[in-house]
Amino acid sequence: MPSPSALAKLRIAVLPERLDANDWLATMETDPDTGAVASFLGICRADGGTLQALELEHYPGMAEAEMSRIAEEARRRWPITSILAVHRTGMVNVGEPIVLVAATSSHRAAAFDAVRFVMDFLKTDAPFWKREHLANGTVGEWVEANTKDDAARDRWTADGG
Amino acid sequence: MKIKYFAWVRERIGVAEEDITLPDDVETAGDLIRHLKARGDGYAWALAQDKFVRVAADQKHVTHGVSIRGASEVAIFPPMTGG
Repeated sequence: MPSPSALAKLRIAVLPERLDANDWLATMETDPDTGAVASFLGICRADGGTLQALELEHYPGMAEAEMSRIAEEARRRWPITSILAVHRTGMVNVGEPIVLVAATSSHRAAAFDAVRFVMDFLKTDAPFWKREHLANGTVGEWVEANTKDDAARDRWTADGG
Repeated sequence: MKIKYFAWVRERIGVAEEDITLPDDVETAGDLIRHLKARGDGYAWALAQDKFVRVAADQKHVTHGVSIRGASEVAIFPPMTGG
């Protein structure tokens, strides 16, 4: 049985080391009315073989606060019973997880929507920055913000969420 | 006022944080960016695209027109790229 603290309905974590999605998902709260657990796992990709790792910098304190604020907003919008957001910092090699967001609810729609909402806002509002480390051993550029991410976030306000 | 910098803003300015006494005419986040740009080449480089950089006051996002007077900590950083 998970400890009582593992049953908190909203959990946020910033991890300097390995993110094990299975370990985190195993601690998601379920009860007899839980019918859905939805999750998203973001992984460092090789970008055609050019990338070896991403180095993630964050603003300690504000990163956690923004993740909490976004997850709270999801909890306000949808009838979810628990929500989890975990984000890596430091060096993340190709193939390793960067971010995990998961939600539980009675029916799947709320859990799916809440996870997508949290990811869309986390991308644009949580203070994390990625820098590329290239397969040829050199340090690459800081990743540029993507206007598609702004559009994905704005979709939640443009259509009334 | 404590000012923190992150990612390439931090690298171009050359320090992660510093304490700065602000003149009276610095009221908003935008005023602060303009003030910092005049402090040296690194600042001017970091903040060249001044409309593009983001500001947080006491760990909350603010737009450039918002007053930062009274904040104990202000951070300046590029658009975020986490997730």
